[in-house]
Amino acid sequence: MAVDMNMKVLIVDDYKTMLRILRNLLRQLNFGNVEDATDGTMALEKLREDDYGLVISDWNMEPMTGIELLRHVRGDEKLKHLPFIMITAESKSENVIAAKEAGVSNYIVKPFNAETLKGKMVSVLGDF
Amino acid sequence: MASQNINPELAVRLGDLREKHGDSVKVGDISAVVESMMATMKGDLSATDIELYSELEALAQYIHAAKADIAALRPDEVKDDYLPTAADELDAIVAATEKATNTIMDATEQIEGLMDKVDPEDASVIMEATSTIYEACGFQDITGQRTTKVVKALKDIEEKIDALVEAFGSEIEKFKNDNPKADEESGRELTDEDLLEGPQLEEQAQTQEEIDALLATFD
Repeated sequence: MAVDMNMKVLIVDDYKTMLRILRNLLRQLNFGNVEDATDGTMALEKLREDDYGLVISDWNMEPMTGIELLRHVRGDEKLKHLPFIMITAESKSENVIAAKEAGVSNYIVKPFNAETLKGKMVSVLGDF
Repeated sequence: MASQNINPELAVRLGDLREKHGDSVKVGDISAVVESMMATMKGDLSATDIELYSELEALAQYIHAAKADIAALRPDEVKDDYLPTAADELDAIVAATEKATNTIMDATEQIEGLMDKVDPEDASVIMEATSTIYEACGFQDITGQRTTKVVKALKDIEEKIDALVEAFGSEIEKFKNDNPKADEESGRELTDEDLLEGPQLEEQAQTQEEIDALLATFD
């Protein structure tokens, strides 16, 4: 099934600069319908209010971290199948395992490049 | 056993001290405990008592010297002057790199906006180059996170130094009174070294206008 390029993508990071970087890279990949949130709590509110096709979230945020957001998403009947990519500087094996156990769709380590971002999105959403 | 040879009065005193302080004594209280024990040793002393007395006296002198050495390191100065300055400088680094990153992205977005006005081949080159710039701008996020870790480590150090200052408060005050800092003495001229502090924090730095005004006062 073709990927809906107009689907809403939620990007979550407490660094505004990183949100801007992600927004620009997503625009270059032709995903223009991008919303952002600066922590897990705000992200969860947005996810419950609207329909999103993908979440790309940082891990290390306060008060709600990316892994907590992921657990809330997977525990929510409406959101549990939502594709969720973790994008983080946390690169220890324990982190990757914990994220996988929590139900992450894919995992990107910072610093990353556009090719990696696209590759992971394709693996989660299908080719676009 | 050695304890069977200890003067009964001393044994009672040791029991009292153990009851008051437990089996461990705070650094700041060690000297007082030792002196308190020595004060109980009077009257007819056995050879064991005298040996113990000598050991305790040496211990008391060692503790006094150690406390004076630690006070001379001025842990209060590290806590009050150096650690806050280090944290402020790190915050300034994060703010400066964030500002520079956003300026770079402003310019890059303008360049990217030209893609519609050029032929597809050139547009592809612009796309690739701007994409690379966006990726590289991610350094600000990484350096910011690393800096946050350093600031946290500084806070941990500050807590430990706080405990040290509390334990050695009186010795530090004594050292400060005995050794006033050179720059607190009046009339000292600034050296070339004093004038090299590196970039000032934004709230402390003078603007170009203020510097021009100062220069004009020499005309």
